[in-house]
Amino acid sequence: MSGTFVGMPAFPAFPVAAHEAVNNRTLRGNLRHATHTIRAKRAKAVAEVSDWAELREAGKQIKDHTLRHLDRYLVQLEESVTAAGGVVHWAADAEEANRIVVQLVQETGESEVVKVKSMATQEIGLNEALEAEGIRAYETDLAELIVQLGKDRPSHILVPAIHRNRGEIREIFAREMSEWGRPAPEGLTDTPAELAEAARLHLREKFLRAKVGVSGANFMVADTGTLVVVESEGNGRMCLTLPETLISVVGIEKIVPTWQDLEVFLQTLPRSSTAERMNPYTSTWTGTTDGDGPRVFHLVLLDNGRSDTLADEVGRQALRCIRCSACLNVCPVYERAGGHAYGSVYPGPIGAILSPQLRGTASEIDASLPYASSLCGACYEVCPVAIDIPEVLVHLRERVVEGGPVTREGNKVVLRPAKGHAAERAAMRAARWTFSHPGALRTGQRLASRTRRFHPRSLPGPGRAWSGTRELPAVPAEPFRDWWQRTHGGKDGAK
Amino acid sequence: MRVALFLTCVNDTLYPDTGRAVVKLLTRLGVEVDFPMAQTCCGQAHYNTGYRHEAEPLARHFSDVFGEYEAIVTPSGSCGAMVRELYPRMGERARAEGRGDTLAATLAPVVPKTYELTEFLVDVLGVTDVGAYYPHRVTYHPTCHGLRSLGLGDRPLKLLQAVKGLELVELPGADECCGFGGTFAVKNADVSAAMGADKVRNARSTGAEVLCAADNSCLMHIGGTMARLHTDMRPVHIAEILARTEEDSRS
Repeated sequence: MSGTFVGMPAFPAFPVAAHEAVNNRTLRGNLRHATHTIRAKRAKAVAEVSDWAELREAGKQIKDHTLRHLDRYLVQLEESVTAAGGVVHWAADAEEANRIVVQLVQETGESEVVKVKSMATQEIGLNEALEAEGIRAYETDLAELIVQLGKDRPSHILVPAIHRNRGEIREIFAREMSEWGRPAPEGLTDTPAELAEAARLHLREKFLRAKVGVSGANFMVADTGTLVVVESEGNGRMCLTLPETLISVVGIEKIVPTWQDLEVFLQTLPRSSTAERMNPYTSTWTGTTDGDGPRVFHLVLLDNGRSDTLADEVGRQALRCIRCSACLNVCPVYERAGGHAYGSVYPGPIGAILSPQLRGTASEIDASLPYASSLCGACYEVCPVAIDIPEVLVHLRERVVEGGPVTREGNKVVLRPAKGHAAERAAMRAARWTFSHPGALRTGQRLASRTRRFHPRSLPGPGRAWSGTRELPAVPAEPFRDWWQRTHGGKDGAK
Repeated sequence: MRVALFLTCVNDTLYPDTGRAVVKLLTRLGVEVDFPMAQTCCGQAHYNTGYRHEAEPLARHFSDVFGEYEAIVTPSGSCGAMVRELYPRMGERARAEGRGDTLAATLAPVVPKTYELTEFLVDVLGVTDVGAYYPHRVTYHPTCHGLRSLGLGDRPLKLLQAVKGLELVELPGADECCGFGGTFAVKNADVSAAMGADKVRNARSTGAEVLCAADNSCLMHIGGTMARLHTDMRPVHIAEILARTEEDSRS
């Protein structure tokens, strides 16, 4: 199977990781507070827009159109970026992308880089790859800084330190900042203003010193070769303008055809993610300009499983994602399981459909992710590009239990059904047989009713998954159909 | 008007009271109800667990059993959504797999005439006051597939508001999933139970005696959680509330 790397390897199945999170009271409290706050804010920000439904549909169609003609737009983008003075590199997977970036940094002679918050570089594990070559990557987004200083993993796309509260952040800053540069001020408290000031002071010396910046991008405009980063803190603007060399690693699905297409996403993205009408900083750059910003610009276009995902008729809609996190913030499963349980830098509902497509369904975690949902549909409802996440989840469940044709590393392969579903498959087949024979169903129902006095209150073995926390329903004295036949027997309309 | 009651396999086997309530309610409103004895299961559990191909014969069977009726009424938002939202999708997928239009054509007739109970009452019969009497404090949980797939909106609330004697209290976090989710309840039991416990906590905070919903599978999970947590509340299907009259209370 594919070796596509998305974040960190070897994670336990989702239910195993979720078990711990569910029982962690601090984590549950942090997540509940944070997701409910941003959920309510988003709902308010979206309700203000009278044509939200139309914007959502437009965003969906722009993305679908672009994905359908991605080959053409990628070539156009390469031409535009090159004409504007940038250098374009193509990376088929994480390893190739990391190799390219490492080499580009080495060519500058520098041993440190400042980073704009970027999911693509998290996905490929760029910081670790740079570290291995003696290059230190400094995260400059506040939440990414908290995660990096805390030697932690991100648990949210937009707010990677959402699992931390103020007290924990204060401790991390006080303990770790000196390891990485300017120490935290003496007597640091957990007030937001003081924490932000500590981060500001710590980061400023890095911005001013760095010669190389590394970023991702929210959008790439094919016809002009312009890249776009939207952010709230201004750290991105620093990293994009101060260094001499800028290296941007961007997933190939981030293209929009024209500037005008941005009018849709620059409305839907901030309201969906931070619940802002407009994000404070929108940076755009087109190649290089003499005397203004970086003198050297490299764009690394990253595939890493995206072309394979694009080949799947149902699953490809996941590539419309603009990484807003609205689906995480409304997801009742994410709220209780936390981001780490998803075993990927992409947690929550979008992660549950993205990771098993980018990485394949071979590992335990990836085969379990499509089931990490009650299919309540809240994610689809808030998605600003109308990704029908429940539809893709069910589609991927089918891939897990039935196998079937998929594309991996550009090749068509037929997957075999995943292991560990044999008993379930047999049960589903038996149920299907019973339900195809109304007489058999009736016999089963009657048997259950007549033996009901002997039914246990709780179930052994796998049944404990239900009866460990819930009473079993009592079986009635007779099923409905027996009552119906007794009382309405003459006109049962049976076929 | 003559309609077919699609009770669902869960209700038929475990919740016959709900079925009797639907029959009583619709009959009272002048509807002739038929229960086709050949009905079994819509295939939702199969489909949503990833066994689409196992669900197909069940969908064909459903179409075969119910195809001739003017309207099909079901007291389940999620089974209603299975027919209305997912049967067309099954047809499309079969087509995409190169199996032609046969499945889509077989399933097409039942799709537009399948109604969830509250939808049928409000949209087809045009009633909100069904002449019910239920002197209890009730809170309503909108189940996910009814809320989001079928878009039931305020239909159930309108029906409940018109019930004599019923005091309707708002459920905090009403539109959050209860955590049932079919096989999710056992595949991710910890998260499911945590969601259920939170739902029960919210329900309890209303001071209601009854938590009402339009889906017994969700109520099985919520009610099972209530019982385990020794909560002094009952889960009741909306049909059983709407069927109850003053006469029932006297007798």
